[in-house]
Amino acid sequence: MAENIRSFKKEINMDKYSTLLLILPYVLLFSTFIILPVLVAIGLSFTYFDLIQAPRLADLYGMFNYVMLFTQDENFLKYVIPNTIKYALLVGPGGYILAFLMAWMLSQIQATPRKIISLAMYIPSMAGAVFMTVVWTKLFSGNDDGYINALLLKWEFIDEAIQFLQSPEYLLNIMIFVALWGSMGIGFLAMLAGLLNVDKTLYEAAYVDGIKNRFQEIIYITIPQMKPQMLFGAVMAIVGAFNTGYIGVALSGANPTPQYSGQLIINHIEDYGFLRYEMGYAAAISVVLLIMIMFFTKIAYTLFGEKD
Amino acid sequence: MSLRSMEVSPKYFNKSQLKFYVILIPVAIFMLLPVVFIFSQALKPLDELFLFPPRFLVQKPTLKNFTDLFRAASGTGVPMTRYLFNSIVITVVAIVATLVITTSTGYALSKKNFKGKNFIFKLNQTALMFVAIAVIIPRYLVIDALGLNDSFFVHVIPYLAMPVGLFLVKQFIDQVPDELIEAAKIDGANDFHILFLIIIPLIKPALATVAILTFQFIWNSTESSNIYIITETKKTFSFYLTTLTSNQVVSIAGAGMAAAAALIMFVPNLAIFIILQGQVMDTMSHSGIK
Repeated sequence: MAENIRSFKKEINMDKYSTLLLILPYVLLFSTFIILPVLVAIGLSFTYFDLIQAPRLADLYGMFNYVMLFTQDENFLKYVIPNTIKYALLVGPGGYILAFLMAWMLSQIQATPRKIISLAMYIPSMAGAVFMTVVWTKLFSGNDDGYINALLLKWEFIDEAIQFLQSPEYLLNIMIFVALWGSMGIGFLAMLAGLLNVDKTLYEAAYVDGIKNRFQEIIYITIPQMKPQMLFGAVMAIVGAFNTGYIGVALSGANPTPQYSGQLIINHIEDYGFLRYEMGYAAAISVVLLIMIMFFTKIAYTLFGEKD
Repeated sequence: MSLRSMEVSPKYFNKSQLKFYVILIPVAIFMLLPVVFIFSQALKPLDELFLFPPRFLVQKPTLKNFTDLFRAASGTGVPMTRYLFNSIVITVVAIVATLVITTSTGYALSKKNFKGKNFIFKLNQTALMFVAIAVIIPRYLVIDALGLNDSFFVHVIPYLAMPVGLFLVKQFIDQVPDELIEAAKIDGANDFHILFLIIIPLIKPALATVAILTFQFIWNSTESSNIYIITETKKTFSFYLTTLTSNQVVSIAGAGMAAAAALIMFVPNLAIFIILQGQVMDTMSHSGIK
């Protein structure tokens, strides 16, 4: 008996070590490259740091960077924040709604055409930053060989080529357009899979219970049935929107973008961090961005999360 | 309205589906246009590349851009093939390492009971919203402090912890019945056996998905070459491609080469996804956040 218990205990211990071994690599990497940078950003945001001298506590009890950011940084308040909000709303929720509508329509057609069309829609999202830049700079080029200019000239909408990527009126809208083009990623695939998995008998039951049209069907049956996928899709859409923040700089070829017209928070961080070496200030901007992302995600969880 | 016409994923064609095709097909064509464009651009001879007015499709296709590209060397004398070689090695290593790490952790989170398990899973779920470039500067400082700067490993190590990957794998392993694992344990299997002989064969779709996501990220990424690597011979193909397009002097002569390189970047993405599309959709049906 005692022997048995001892060997049982030994087994449990073995199991503990084995579990630890299984999770250790991920936990270490996750802590080092995801958690730690976030903590460092928060810490540095209260300091002055130029990479040469050690960081020292900023004035105003460390709040100096934040106070500067929200009271003195004219470019941030006048361009970066409005640009980011417009961009994030149109590409995040906008792209998300588009992805849902496309996925829903795809769920209403036969399997083979659905596979082909969904592949076509997913393709841009796997193209990546470099591909995006090569294609869209050429298409929107302000030289005579720019395709969109050539078309507009040919149809006589314009008399001379427009400098699309250098002009403040167009840049932000072009960025939004390009980002939407590339926004049908795994969130879109998840929603499509979710739509296809909704229990078909529920629809039949709902029509018996008096649901009258497709719109009611989507609101009362489809979305509630696939909330988990809707939430996954929403989180992916938000992350995707903020992750593509580089495209303004990539398309226009300059940071800051022409007259700050396409400047998003991400570019502002790089501007201060890698070009001006004001690391404390850049860290404060990072923290503001992380809070913005959390805020958007919180809304998604409120809409689609399971309440408990 | 009849039940037949409102079916999800219908087996037969019905006129009521036409309205969807009217929207879906133009959108799909529009999404594909830039891809068609890059194919056409990569095959254009020099005079067609700078033709005015420009023509969208190639007239006299040639492979000259590709042969130029393979003979080309960067401004510092590093041959293009070196960048391509680096990219292939890095991508393969990253995929294998990500799969091993993600699967073992996913298994532990799904099938084991230990302190902090829930916490780790919740934390990982929160990290789904992690936008790496938001903390690009502190990340740089961390990597610098670890001495990873200008090391070949910096292309791989910082990107191995992939919250989306772990999330998808864990959700998928949840579908594997516990009885299967209990039975294996009674037969004397340890975690290593269970992982390789039971879990991995059963979760292939999830592994395929994680492999694709890792591939897309690592293969397309220029971040590590841009920020952490100084030595030219350690940089990647995607980085080399940016040098072809960003430099105005090079870009006149390099426009065709850039298109060819963009195509080489893109085609593996496409091929892998087409092969594994079914598996990805299978994984995605378990992707919900509860």
